[in-house]
Amino acid sequence: MTRRDMDVAVIGGGPAGLAAAVSAKEHGAKNVVVLDRNSWLGGILPQCIHDGFGVEETGISMTGPEYADLYIEMAEKKGVTVMKETIVLRFDNSRKIIAVNKQGIHIIKTKAIVLAMGCREKTRWNAMISGTRPSGIYTAGVAQGFINLYNTMPGKNIVILGSGDVGLIMARRLKFEGANVLGVVEIFPCASGLPRNVVQCLDDYGIPLYLNHTITIIDGKERLEGVTIAQVGENLIPISGTEKRIECDTLLLSLGLIPENELSKDVGIEIDSVTGGPIINQYLETTLDGVFACGNCLQVYDTVDMLSIDAKKAGKYAAEFTTKRKINKEKVRKPYVQVRGGKGVKYVVPQRVNKEGKVHFTLRAEKPREISTIKVVSEKKTLLRKRLPWVNPANMITMDVTVPAEIVKQGQTLEVSIG
Amino acid sequence: MTKKDITCIVCPIGCKIIVKLDGTKVDLLSGNKCKRGIDYAIHEALDPRRMLTTSVLVKNGEWPLVSVKSSKPVPKESVFSILKEIKKTKVKAPVKTGQKIIKNVAGIGIDILATKSIKKTS
Repeated sequence: MTRRDMDVAVIGGGPAGLAAAVSAKEHGAKNVVVLDRNSWLGGILPQCIHDGFGVEETGISMTGPEYADLYIEMAEKKGVTVMKETIVLRFDNSRKIIAVNKQGIHIIKTKAIVLAMGCREKTRWNAMISGTRPSGIYTAGVAQGFINLYNTMPGKNIVILGSGDVGLIMARRLKFEGANVLGVVEIFPCASGLPRNVVQCLDDYGIPLYLNHTITIIDGKERLEGVTIAQVGENLIPISGTEKRIECDTLLLSLGLIPENELSKDVGIEIDSVTGGPIINQYLETTLDGVFACGNCLQVYDTVDMLSIDAKKAGKYAAEFTTKRKINKEKVRKPYVQVRGGKGVKYVVPQRVNKEGKVHFTLRAEKPREISTIKVVSEKKTLLRKRLPWVNPANMITMDVTVPAEIVKQGQTLEVSIG
Repeated sequence: MTKKDITCIVCPIGCKIIVKLDGTKVDLLSGNKCKRGIDYAIHEALDPRRMLTTSVLVKNGEWPLVSVKSSKPVPKESVFSILKEIKKTKVKAPVKTGQKIIKNVAGIGIDILATKSIKKTS
Protein backbone atom coordinates (compact mmCIF):
# COMPACT_ATOMS: atom_id res chain seq x y z
CA MET A 1 0.00 0.00 0.00
CA THR A 2 1.29 3.45 -0.90
CA ARG A 3 0.15 6.81 0.39
CA ARG A 4 0.60 10.12 -1.34
CA ASP A 5 -0.69 13.70 -1.24
CA MET A 6 -1.76 15.46 -4.40
CA ASP A 7 -3.14 18.91 -5.17
CA VAL A 8 -5.40 17.68 -7.95
CA ALA A 9 -6.32 14.13 -8.96
CA VAL A 10 -8.05 13.58 -12.29
CA ILE A 11 -10.05 10.36 -12.65
CA GLY A 12 -9.86 9.27 -16.30
CA GLY A 13 -7.08 9.87 -18.85
CA GLY A 14 -9.18 10.44 -21.96
CA PRO A 15 -9.35 13.80 -23.75
CA ALA A 16 -11.28 15.48 -20.91
CA GLY A 17 -8.96 14.22 -18.16
CA LEU A 18 -5.83 15.21 -20.09
CA ALA A 19 -7.16 18.70 -20.89
CA ALA A 20 -8.19 19.20 -17.24
CA ALA A 21 -4.81 17.99 -15.92
CA VAL A 22 -2.82 20.23 -18.28
CA SER A 23 -4.98 23.21 -17.37
CA ALA A 24 -4.75 22.51 -13.61
CA LYS A 25 -0.95 22.60 -13.91
CA GLU A 26 -1.09 25.84 -15.93
CA HIS A 27 -3.24 27.43 -13.22
CA GLY A 28 -0.93 26.74 -10.33
CA ALA A 29 -1.70 23.25 -9.01
CA LYS A 30 1.68 21.96 -7.83
CA ASN A 31 1.18 18.27 -8.34
CA VAL A 32 -1.45 16.72 -10.55
CA VAL A 33 -2.09 13.01 -11.07
CA VAL A 34 -4.16 11.35 -13.82
CA LEU A 35 -5.53 7.90 -13.04
CA ASP A 36 -6.67 5.62 -15.87
CA ARG A 37 -7.68 1.98 -15.97
CA ASN A 38 -6.31 1.42 -19.50
CA SER A 39 -2.66 0.80 -20.41
CA TRP A 40 -2.73 3.90 -22.62
CA LEU A 41 -3.80 7.54 -22.40
CA GLY A 42 -6.27 9.26 -24.72
CA GLY A 43 -9.32 7.13 -23.94
CA ILE A 44 -11.32 6.30 -27.05
CA LEU A 45 -9.28 8.60 -29.35
CA PRO A 46 -6.58 6.08 -30.43
CA GLN A 47 -9.28 3.94 -32.08
CA CYS A 48 -10.97 6.94 -33.78
CA ILE A 49 -8.59 6.91 -36.75
CA HIS A 50 -10.81 9.10 -38.99
CA ASP A 51 -10.10 12.81 -39.25
CA GLY A 52 -12.05 15.95 -38.33
CA PHE A 53 -10.87 16.34 -34.72
CA GLY A 54 -9.62 19.72 -33.55
CA VAL A 55 -11.18 21.90 -36.27
CA GLU A 56 -13.23 24.10 -33.91
CA GLU A 57 -10.49 24.28 -31.26
CA THR A 58 -7.28 24.64 -33.27
CA GLY A 59 -8.38 25.21 -36.89
CA ILE A 60 -6.48 22.07 -37.94
CA SER A 61 -8.20 18.81 -38.82
CA MET A 62 -6.54 15.90 -37.05
CA THR A 63 -7.18 12.19 -36.64
CA GLY A 64 -8.09 10.87 -33.18
CA PRO A 65 -4.60 9.49 -32.38
CA GLU A 66 -2.98 12.79 -33.47
CA TYR A 67 -5.36 14.81 -31.28
CA ALA A 68 -4.67 12.53 -28.30
CA ASP A 69 -0.88 12.84 -28.81
CA LEU A 70 -1.16 16.62 -28.72
CA TYR A 71 -2.54 16.49 -25.15
CA ILE A 72 -0.37 13.56 -24.02
CA GLU A 73 2.73 15.57 -24.98
CA MET A 74 1.42 18.67 -23.20
CA ALA A 75 0.76 16.63 -20.05
CA GLU A 76 4.30 15.21 -20.19
CA LYS A 77 5.83 18.67 -20.67
CA LYS A 78 3.88 20.12 -17.75
CA GLY A 79 4.98 17.28 -15.49
CA VAL A 80 1.59 15.66 -14.88
CA THR A 81 1.96 12.36 -12.99
CA VAL A 82 0.28 9.46 -14.78
CA MET A 83 -0.90 6.21 -13.22
CA LYS A 84 -2.04 3.81 -15.96
CA GLU A 85 -3.71 0.43 -15.47
CA THR A 86 -5.03 1.87 -12.23
CA ILE A 87 -8.67 1.70 -11.27
CA VAL A 88 -10.26 4.02 -8.74
CA LEU A 89 -12.39 1.97 -6.34
CA ARG A 90 -13.89 4.93 -4.53
CA PHE A 91 -13.31 8.32 -2.99
CA ASP A 92 -14.89 9.88 0.06
CA ASN A 93 -16.14 13.37 0.90
CA SER A 94 -12.76 14.38 2.30
CA ARG A 95 -11.53 13.73 -1.28
CA LYS A 96 -9.37 10.73 -0.32
CA ILE A 97 -9.08 8.32 -3.25
CA ILE A 98 -8.57 4.57 -2.98
CA ALA A 99 -7.16 3.09 -6.19
CA VAL A 100 -5.72 -0.28 -7.11
CA ASN A 101 -3.23 -1.54 -9.71
CA LYS A 102 -0.69 -4.36 -10.11
CA GLN A 103 1.52 -2.78 -7.42
CA GLY A 104 -1.31 -2.91 -4.91
CA ILE A 105 -3.54 -0.41 -3.18
CA HIS A 106 -2.89 3.34 -3.36
CA ILE A 107 -4.36 5.91 -1.01
CA ILE A 108 -4.24 9.38 -2.50
CA LYS A 109 -5.15 12.41 -0.39
CA THR A 110 -6.19 15.29 -2.63
CA LYS A 111 -7.17 18.94 -2.32
CA ALA A 112 -9.40 18.72 -5.41
CA ILE A 113 -10.71 16.00 -7.70
CA VAL A 114 -11.73 16.28 -11.35
CA LEU A 115 -14.15 13.63 -12.59
CA ALA A 116 -13.45 12.65 -16.21
CA MET A 117 -14.66 9.05 -16.41
CA GLY A 118 -16.29 9.43 -19.82
CA CYS A 119 -19.25 7.38 -20.95
CA ARG A 120 -20.19 3.96 -22.22
CA GLU A 121 -22.34 2.72 -25.08
CA LYS A 122 -25.96 1.68 -24.83
CA THR A 123 -26.48 -2.02 -25.51
CA ARG A 124 -29.16 -4.28 -26.95
CA TRP A 125 -30.73 -4.39 -23.48
CA ASN A 126 -31.19 -0.60 -23.38
CA ALA A 127 -33.12 -0.85 -26.67
CA MET A 128 -35.07 -3.98 -25.57
CA ILE A 129 -34.77 -5.86 -28.89
CA SER A 130 -36.43 -9.25 -28.73
CA GLY A 131 -35.16 -12.52 -30.19
CA THR A 132 -32.40 -15.03 -29.56
CA ARG A 133 -28.99 -14.40 -28.02
CA PRO A 134 -26.46 -15.39 -30.68
CA SER A 135 -22.89 -14.11 -31.00
CA GLY A 136 -22.19 -11.38 -33.55
CA ILE A 137 -23.87 -8.45 -31.77
CA TYR A 138 -21.52 -5.63 -30.80
CA THR A 139 -21.73 -1.99 -29.89
CA ALA A 140 -20.23 0.18 -32.65
CA GLY A 141 -17.37 1.40 -30.45
CA VAL A 142 -16.33 -2.13 -29.50
CA ALA A 143 -16.27 -3.11 -33.19
CA GLN A 144 -14.23 0.03 -33.90
CA GLY A 145 -11.64 -1.06 -31.33
CA PHE A 146 -11.53 -4.60 -32.80
CA ILE A 147 -10.82 -3.30 -36.30
CA ASN A 148 -8.63 -0.27 -35.62
CA LEU A 149 -6.58 -1.48 -32.65
CA TYR A 150 -6.59 -5.28 -32.70
CA ASN A 151 -6.83 -6.07 -36.45
CA THR A 152 -9.91 -8.26 -35.96
CA MET A 153 -12.98 -8.11 -38.22
CA PRO A 154 -16.26 -8.54 -36.34
CA GLY A 155 -18.00 -10.20 -39.34
CA LYS A 156 -18.79 -10.12 -43.06
CA ASN A 157 -22.43 -9.12 -43.61
CA ILE A 158 -23.31 -6.24 -41.38
CA VAL A 159 -26.40 -4.32 -40.29
CA ILE A 160 -26.05 -1.21 -38.12
CA LEU A 161 -28.81 -0.07 -35.76
CA GLY A 162 -28.74 3.64 -34.93
CA SER A 163 -27.35 6.44 -37.07
CA GLY A 164 -25.18 8.17 -34.50
CA ASP A 165 -21.78 9.36 -35.73
CA VAL A 166 -19.93 6.26 -34.50
CA GLY A 167 -22.37 4.03 -36.41
CA LEU A 168 -21.97 6.05 -39.61
CA ILE A 169 -18.19 6.10 -39.36
CA MET A 170 -18.16 2.34 -38.75
CA ALA A 171 -20.28 1.77 -41.88
CA ARG A 172 -17.54 3.35 -44.00
CA ARG A 173 -14.73 1.69 -42.07
CA LEU A 174 -16.24 -1.78 -42.57
CA LYS A 175 -16.75 -1.08 -46.27
CA PHE A 176 -13.05 -0.10 -46.51
CA GLU A 177 -12.11 -3.42 -44.93
CA GLY A 178 -14.16 -5.38 -47.45
CA ALA A 179 -17.32 -6.15 -45.47
CA ASN A 180 -20.85 -5.91 -46.92
CA VAL A 181 -22.67 -3.17 -45.07
CA LEU A 182 -26.32 -3.96 -45.72
CA GLY A 183 -27.82 -0.86 -44.16
CA VAL A 184 -28.16 1.54 -41.28
CA VAL A 185 -31.51 1.41 -39.46
CA GLU A 186 -32.77 4.56 -37.69
CA ILE A 187 -36.02 4.80 -35.73
CA PHE A 188 -36.31 8.60 -36.11
CA PRO A 189 -37.20 10.45 -39.35
CA CYS A 190 -33.68 11.93 -39.63
CA ALA A 191 -30.16 10.66 -39.03
CA SER A 192 -28.88 11.42 -35.54
CA GLY A 193 -25.28 11.86 -36.76
CA LEU A 194 -23.91 14.94 -38.54
CA PRO A 195 -25.02 15.48 -42.18
CA ARG A 196 -21.37 15.43 -43.29
CA ASN A 197 -21.06 11.89 -41.96
CA VAL A 198 -24.25 10.77 -43.72
CA VAL A 199 -22.77 12.11 -46.99
CA GLN A 200 -19.20 10.89 -46.57
CA CYS A 201 -19.90 7.54 -44.90
CA LEU A 202 -23.19 6.31 -46.41
CA ASP A 203 -24.05 8.22 -49.62
CA ASP A 204 -20.50 7.97 -51.00
CA TYR A 205 -20.66 4.17 -50.87
CA GLY A 206 -24.35 3.62 -51.60
CA ILE A 207 -25.10 2.25 -48.12
CA PRO A 208 -28.88 2.39 -47.53
CA LEU A 209 -30.26 4.38 -44.59
CA TYR A 210 -33.62 3.05 -43.37
CA LEU A 211 -35.28 6.02 -41.64
CA ASN A 212 -38.41 5.47 -39.52
CA HIS A 213 -37.35 1.84 -39.11
CA THR A 214 -36.25 -0.33 -36.23
CA ILE A 215 -35.16 -3.90 -35.58
CA THR A 216 -37.96 -6.03 -34.13
CA ILE A 217 -36.39 -9.50 -34.01
CA ILE A 218 -32.87 -10.90 -33.80
CA ASP A 219 -32.52 -14.51 -34.99
CA GLY A 220 -29.76 -17.13 -35.07
CA LYS A 221 -28.67 -19.99 -32.86
CA GLU A 222 -24.92 -19.88 -32.28
CA ARG A 223 -24.13 -16.99 -34.60
CA LEU A 224 -26.47 -14.20 -35.70
CA GLU A 225 -28.34 -15.27 -38.86
CA GLY A 226 -30.62 -12.33 -39.52
CA VAL A 227 -32.56 -9.36 -38.22
CA THR A 228 -36.13 -8.34 -38.97
CA ILE A 229 -36.65 -4.64 -39.58
CA ALA A 230 -40.01 -2.86 -39.61
CA GLN A 231 -41.26 0.62 -40.33
CA VAL A 232 -42.44 2.60 -37.30
CA GLY A 233 -45.32 5.05 -36.96
CA GLU A 234 -45.09 8.53 -35.48
CA ASN A 235 -45.40 6.93 -32.02
CA LEU A 236 -42.22 4.93 -32.86
CA ILE A 237 -44.18 1.66 -32.62
CA PRO A 238 -43.54 -0.88 -35.44
CA ILE A 239 -46.30 -1.07 -38.07
CA SER A 240 -47.38 -4.67 -38.59
CA GLY A 241 -47.12 -5.89 -42.16
CA THR A 242 -43.99 -3.81 -42.90
CA GLU A 243 -41.53 -6.40 -41.54
CA LYS A 244 -38.60 -7.43 -43.73
CA ARG A 245 -35.85 -9.88 -42.81
CA ILE A 246 -32.24 -9.08 -43.63
CA GLU A 247 -29.78 -11.96 -43.60
CA CYS A 248 -26.61 -10.94 -41.77
CA ASP A 249 -23.94 -12.33 -39.43
CA THR A 250 -23.18 -9.15 -37.51
CA LEU A 251 -25.23 -6.40 -35.89
CA LEU A 252 -23.60 -3.20 -34.68
CA LEU A 253 -25.44 -0.99 -32.22
CA SER A 254 -24.98 2.79 -32.28
CA LEU A 255 -27.71 3.77 -29.86
CA GLY A 256 -26.14 6.58 -27.88
CA LEU A 257 -23.96 6.99 -24.82
CA ILE A 258 -24.47 6.89 -21.06
CA PRO A 259 -22.24 9.00 -18.77
CA GLU A 260 -20.30 6.79 -16.36
CA ASN A 261 -20.92 7.97 -12.81
CA GLU A 262 -20.79 4.98 -10.46
CA LEU A 263 -18.01 6.69 -8.46
CA SER A 264 -19.97 9.96 -8.31
CA LYS A 265 -23.15 8.22 -7.15
CA ASP A 266 -21.31 6.15 -4.50
CA VAL A 267 -20.09 9.28 -2.74
CA GLY A 268 -23.52 10.94 -2.94
CA ILE A 269 -22.96 13.50 -5.69
CA GLU A 270 -26.33 14.62 -7.12
CA ILE A 271 -26.96 13.49 -10.69
CA ASP A 272 -29.12 15.27 -13.29
CA SER A 273 -31.66 12.72 -14.50
CA VAL A 274 -31.65 14.13 -18.06
CA THR A 275 -27.90 14.53 -18.72
CA GLY A 276 -26.95 11.50 -16.63
CA GLY A 277 -24.04 13.58 -15.30
CA PRO A 278 -23.40 15.40 -12.02
CA ILE A 279 -25.31 18.62 -11.26
CA ILE A 280 -22.72 21.40 -11.40
CA ASN A 281 -22.38 25.13 -10.78
CA GLN A 282 -20.67 27.75 -12.96
CA TYR A 283 -17.25 26.51 -11.70
CA LEU A 284 -18.07 23.00 -12.99
CA GLU A 285 -18.07 21.99 -9.33
CA THR A 286 -20.40 19.15 -8.34
CA THR A 287 -22.59 19.12 -5.25
CA LEU A 288 -19.55 17.88 -3.31
CA ASP A 289 -17.02 20.58 -2.30
CA GLY A 290 -13.80 20.50 -4.32
CA VAL A 291 -15.02 17.82 -6.74
CA PHE A 292 -15.32 19.05 -10.34
CA ALA A 293 -16.71 17.30 -13.42
CA CYS A 294 -15.97 17.51 -17.14
CA GLY A 295 -16.11 15.59 -20.39
CA ASN A 296 -18.63 12.94 -21.32
CA CYS A 297 -19.29 11.92 -17.71
CA LEU A 298 -20.77 15.41 -17.25
CA GLN A 299 -22.80 15.49 -20.48
CA VAL A 300 -22.30 13.73 -23.80
CA TYR A 301 -20.58 16.22 -26.14
CA ASP A 302 -20.90 16.43 -29.96
CA THR A 303 -17.20 16.99 -30.58
CA VAL A 304 -13.99 16.54 -28.64
CA ASP A 305 -13.17 20.21 -29.34
CA MET A 306 -16.04 21.56 -27.25
CA LEU A 307 -15.34 18.93 -24.62
CA SER A 308 -11.69 19.95 -24.21
CA ILE A 309 -12.52 23.65 -24.00
CA ASP A 310 -14.90 22.98 -21.07
CA ALA A 311 -12.56 20.42 -19.45
CA LYS A 312 -9.80 23.04 -19.32
CA LYS A 313 -12.12 25.23 -17.25
CA ALA A 314 -12.75 22.36 -14.82
CA GLY A 315 -8.96 21.95 -14.44
CA LYS A 316 -8.53 25.68 -13.87
CA TYR A 317 -11.23 25.89 -11.18
CA ALA A 318 -9.87 22.76 -9.48
CA ALA A 319 -6.40 24.38 -9.36
CA GLU A 320 -7.88 27.62 -8.00
CA PHE A 321 -9.71 25.65 -5.35
CA THR A 322 -6.34 24.42 -4.09
CA THR A 323 -4.57 27.80 -4.21
CA LYS A 324 -7.20 30.45 -3.51
CA ARG A 325 -8.98 28.85 -0.60
CA LYS A 326 -10.33 32.21 0.55
CA ILE A 327 -12.38 32.76 -2.58
CA ASN A 328 -13.93 29.40 -2.21
CA LYS A 329 -14.79 29.90 1.44
CA GLU A 330 -16.66 33.06 0.48
CA LYS A 331 -18.57 31.07 -2.06
CA VAL A 332 -22.05 30.74 -0.69
CA ARG A 333 -23.64 27.39 -1.41
CA LYS A 334 -27.14 28.66 -0.63
CA PRO A 335 -29.03 30.46 -1.93
CA TYR A 336 -28.22 29.56 -5.48
CA VAL A 337 -29.94 30.11 -8.79
CA GLN A 338 -31.63 27.00 -10.10
CA VAL A 339 -31.37 26.83 -13.92
CA ARG A 340 -34.17 24.97 -15.66
CA GLY A 341 -34.78 23.85 -19.24
CA GLY A 342 -38.18 25.23 -20.27
CA LYS A 343 -40.19 24.82 -23.47
CA GLY A 344 -38.22 23.24 -26.32
CA VAL A 345 -35.12 22.63 -24.17
CA LYS A 346 -33.95 19.14 -23.19
CA TYR A 347 -31.37 20.24 -20.63
CA VAL A 348 -29.10 23.10 -19.53
CA VAL A 349 -25.63 22.87 -17.91
CA PRO A 350 -24.65 24.27 -15.39
CA GLN A 351 -27.82 23.59 -13.43
CA ARG A 352 -26.89 25.97 -10.58
CA VAL A 353 -25.31 29.41 -10.31
CA ASN A 354 -24.11 30.77 -6.95
CA LYS A 355 -22.15 33.88 -7.97
CA GLU A 356 -23.09 36.85 -10.12
CA GLY A 357 -21.31 37.51 -13.41
CA LYS A 358 -20.93 35.99 -16.83
CA VAL A 359 -21.86 32.30 -16.97
CA HIS A 360 -21.20 29.98 -19.91
CA PHE A 361 -24.14 27.64 -20.57
CA THR A 362 -24.42 24.60 -22.82
CA LEU A 363 -27.81 23.18 -23.74
CA ARG A 364 -29.65 20.92 -26.11
CA ALA A 365 -32.94 21.49 -27.94
CA GLU A 366 -35.75 18.95 -27.79
CA LYS A 367 -36.37 18.78 -31.56
CA PRO A 368 -35.11 20.24 -34.86
CA ARG A 369 -36.49 23.69 -35.75
CA GLU A 370 -35.97 26.40 -38.35
CA ILE A 371 -35.42 30.05 -37.27
CA SER A 372 -36.00 30.15 -33.50
CA THR A 373 -35.57 32.44 -30.51
CA ILE A 374 -33.73 31.39 -27.38
CA LYS A 375 -34.79 33.14 -24.18
CA VAL A 376 -33.36 33.20 -20.68
CA VAL A 377 -35.78 34.61 -18.09
CA SER A 378 -35.59 35.01 -14.34
CA GLU A 379 -38.69 35.35 -12.19
CA LYS A 380 -38.82 39.05 -13.02
CA LYS A 381 -36.88 39.87 -16.16
CA THR A 382 -35.47 38.62 -19.44
CA LEU A 383 -31.70 38.22 -19.31
CA LEU A 384 -31.13 37.10 -22.89
CA ARG A 385 -33.07 36.88 -26.12
CA LYS A 386 -31.25 35.63 -29.20
CA ARG A 387 -32.28 34.50 -32.68
CA LEU A 388 -30.93 31.22 -34.00
CA PRO A 389 -31.01 30.43 -37.75
CA TRP A 390 -31.65 26.73 -37.03
CA VAL A 391 -31.79 24.35 -34.10
CA ASN A 392 -30.95 20.64 -34.01
CA PRO A 393 -30.76 18.35 -30.95
CA ALA A 394 -27.60 16.80 -32.50
CA ASN A 395 -25.85 20.18 -32.17
CA MET A 396 -25.21 21.48 -28.68
CA ILE A 397 -26.01 25.19 -28.20
CA THR A 398 -23.66 27.43 -26.19
CA MET A 399 -24.31 30.92 -24.80
CA ASP A 400 -22.94 33.39 -22.26
CA VAL A 401 -25.40 35.03 -19.89
CA THR A 402 -24.66 37.73 -17.33
CA VAL A 403 -26.41 36.82 -14.10
CA PRO A 404 -27.08 39.89 -11.86
CA ALA A 405 -26.26 39.83 -8.13
CA GLU A 406 -29.86 40.30 -6.93
CA ILE A 407 -31.02 37.18 -8.77
CA VAL A 408 -28.34 35.15 -6.99
CA LYS A 409 -29.02 36.76 -3.60
CA GLN A 410 -32.71 36.02 -3.83
CA GLY A 411 -32.07 32.48 -5.13
CA GLN A 412 -34.36 32.99 -8.10
CA THR A 413 -34.97 30.48 -10.87
CA LEU A 414 -33.69 30.91 -14.42
CA GLU A 415 -35.61 29.32 -17.24
CA VAL A 416 -34.16 28.72 -20.71
CA SER A 417 -36.62 28.16 -23.56
CA ILE A 418 -36.54 27.86 -27.34
CA GLY A 419 -39.57 28.91 -29.37
CA MET B 1 -25.37 17.71 -69.38
CA THR B 2 -26.38 16.19 -66.05
CA LYS B 3 -28.17 17.33 -62.95
CA LYS B 4 -26.64 16.49 -59.58
CA ASP B 5 -27.96 16.56 -56.02
CA ILE B 6 -25.30 17.63 -53.55
CA THR B 7 -25.67 17.71 -49.76
CA CYS B 8 -23.57 20.60 -48.50
CA ILE B 9 -21.28 19.63 -45.62
CA VAL B 10 -19.88 23.09 -44.80
CA CYS B 11 -22.15 23.56 -41.78
CA PRO B 12 -24.58 21.35 -39.85
CA ILE B 13 -27.72 22.48 -41.77
CA GLY B 14 -26.78 20.27 -44.74
CA CYS B 15 -28.55 22.08 -47.61
CA LYS B 16 -29.55 19.96 -50.61
CA ILE B 17 -28.01 21.87 -53.52
CA ILE B 18 -28.96 21.02 -57.10
CA VAL B 19 -26.37 21.77 -59.79
CA LYS B 20 -26.27 21.41 -63.58
CA LEU B 21 -23.02 19.97 -64.87
CA ASP B 22 -22.01 20.58 -68.48
CA GLY B 23 -18.45 19.38 -69.08
CA THR B 24 -16.38 21.61 -66.79
CA LYS B 25 -19.13 24.21 -66.45
CA VAL B 26 -21.26 24.10 -63.30
CA ASP B 27 -24.50 26.01 -62.87
CA LEU B 28 -26.10 26.32 -59.49
CA LEU B 29 -29.82 25.67 -59.77
CA SER B 30 -31.18 25.84 -56.23
CA GLY B 31 -30.99 24.81 -52.61
CA ASN B 32 -28.07 26.72 -51.06
CA LYS B 33 -28.96 28.92 -48.10
CA CYS B 34 -25.60 30.76 -48.06
CA LYS B 35 -22.60 31.70 -50.21
CA ARG B 36 -20.31 29.08 -48.73
CA GLY B 37 -22.46 26.39 -50.30
CA ILE B 38 -21.64 27.68 -53.81
CA ASP B 39 -17.91 26.90 -53.54
CA TYR B 40 -18.57 23.54 -51.97
CA ALA B 41 -21.12 22.48 -54.58
CA ILE B 42 -18.92 23.51 -57.53
CA HIS B 43 -15.92 21.68 -56.12
CA GLU B 44 -17.98 18.63 -55.27
CA ALA B 45 -19.54 18.50 -58.74
CA LEU B 46 -16.25 18.82 -60.64
CA ASP B 47 -13.65 17.06 -58.51
CA PRO B 48 -14.98 15.38 -55.36
CA ARG B 49 -12.18 14.56 -52.94
CA ARG B 50 -12.01 12.91 -49.52
CA MET B 51 -9.41 12.57 -46.81
CA LEU B 52 -8.56 8.88 -46.61
CA THR B 53 -7.85 7.24 -43.26
CA THR B 54 -7.24 3.55 -42.64
CA SER B 55 -4.57 1.36 -41.02
CA VAL B 56 -1.44 -0.58 -42.03
CA LEU B 57 -0.07 -3.85 -40.63
CA VAL B 58 2.93 -3.53 -38.30
CA LYS B 59 5.62 -6.19 -37.72
CA ASN B 60 7.04 -6.58 -34.20
CA GLY B 61 4.98 -3.68 -32.85
CA GLU B 62 3.31 -3.35 -29.46
CA TRP B 63 0.10 -2.96 -31.55
CA PRO B 64 -0.64 -4.99 -34.72
CA LEU B 65 -1.69 -1.89 -36.69
CA VAL B 66 -0.69 1.70 -37.25
CA SER B 67 -3.34 4.24 -38.25
CA VAL B 68 -2.59 6.23 -41.42
CA LYS B 69 -3.99 9.14 -43.45
CA SER B 70 -3.53 10.59 -46.92
CA SER B 71 -1.32 13.69 -46.98
CA LYS B 72 -4.07 15.48 -48.98
CA PRO B 73 -7.67 14.66 -49.92
CA VAL B 74 -7.74 12.00 -52.64
CA PRO B 75 -10.10 11.83 -55.65
CA LYS B 76 -13.24 9.98 -54.61
CA GLU B 77 -13.05 7.49 -57.47
CA SER B 78 -9.55 6.32 -56.51
CA VAL B 79 -10.40 5.51 -52.85
CA PHE B 80 -10.66 1.75 -53.37
CA SER B 81 -7.56 1.41 -55.59
CA ILE B 82 -5.56 3.29 -52.94
CA LEU B 83 -6.98 1.08 -50.20
CA LYS B 84 -5.89 -1.99 -52.20
CA GLU B 85 -2.31 -0.74 -52.31
CA ILE B 86 -2.34 0.16 -48.61
CA LYS B 87 -3.60 -3.35 -47.76
CA LYS B 88 -0.51 -4.91 -49.37
CA THR B 89 1.81 -2.80 -47.23
CA LYS B 90 3.51 -3.92 -44.02
CA VAL B 91 5.84 -1.77 -41.91
CA LYS B 92 8.40 -2.66 -39.27
CA ALA B 93 8.15 -1.18 -35.78
CA PRO B 94 9.08 1.34 -34.48
CA VAL B 95 6.82 3.71 -36.43
CA LYS B 96 6.70 7.45 -35.73
CA THR B 97 3.75 9.81 -36.21
CA GLY B 98 4.12 11.61 -39.54
CA GLN B 99 6.37 8.89 -41.00
CA LYS B 100 5.82 8.30 -44.75
CA ILE B 101 4.42 4.80 -45.06
CA ILE B 102 3.79 4.92 -48.84
CA LYS B 103 5.26 7.55 -51.17
CA ASN B 104 3.17 8.69 -54.13
CA VAL B 105 0.39 6.17 -53.56
CA ALA B 106 -1.26 4.82 -56.77
CA GLY B 107 0.88 7.35 -58.68
CA ILE B 108 -1.35 10.31 -57.80
CA GLY B 109 1.30 12.40 -56.01
CA ILE B 110 -0.16 11.89 -52.53
CA ASP B 111 1.64 10.14 -49.64
CA ILE B 112 0.30 7.90 -46.91
CA LEU B 113 1.44 9.05 -43.45
CA ALA B 114 1.37 7.38 -40.03
CA THR B 115 -0.92 9.13 -37.52
CA LYS B 116 0.32 7.21 -34.48
CA SER B 117 3.65 6.10 -33.03
CA ILE B 118 4.09 2.37 -32.49
CA LYS B 119 6.91 1.06 -30.29
CA LYS B 120 8.78 -2.16 -30.94
CA THR B 121 7.81 -5.10 -28.74
CA SER B 122 10.42 -5.58 -26.08
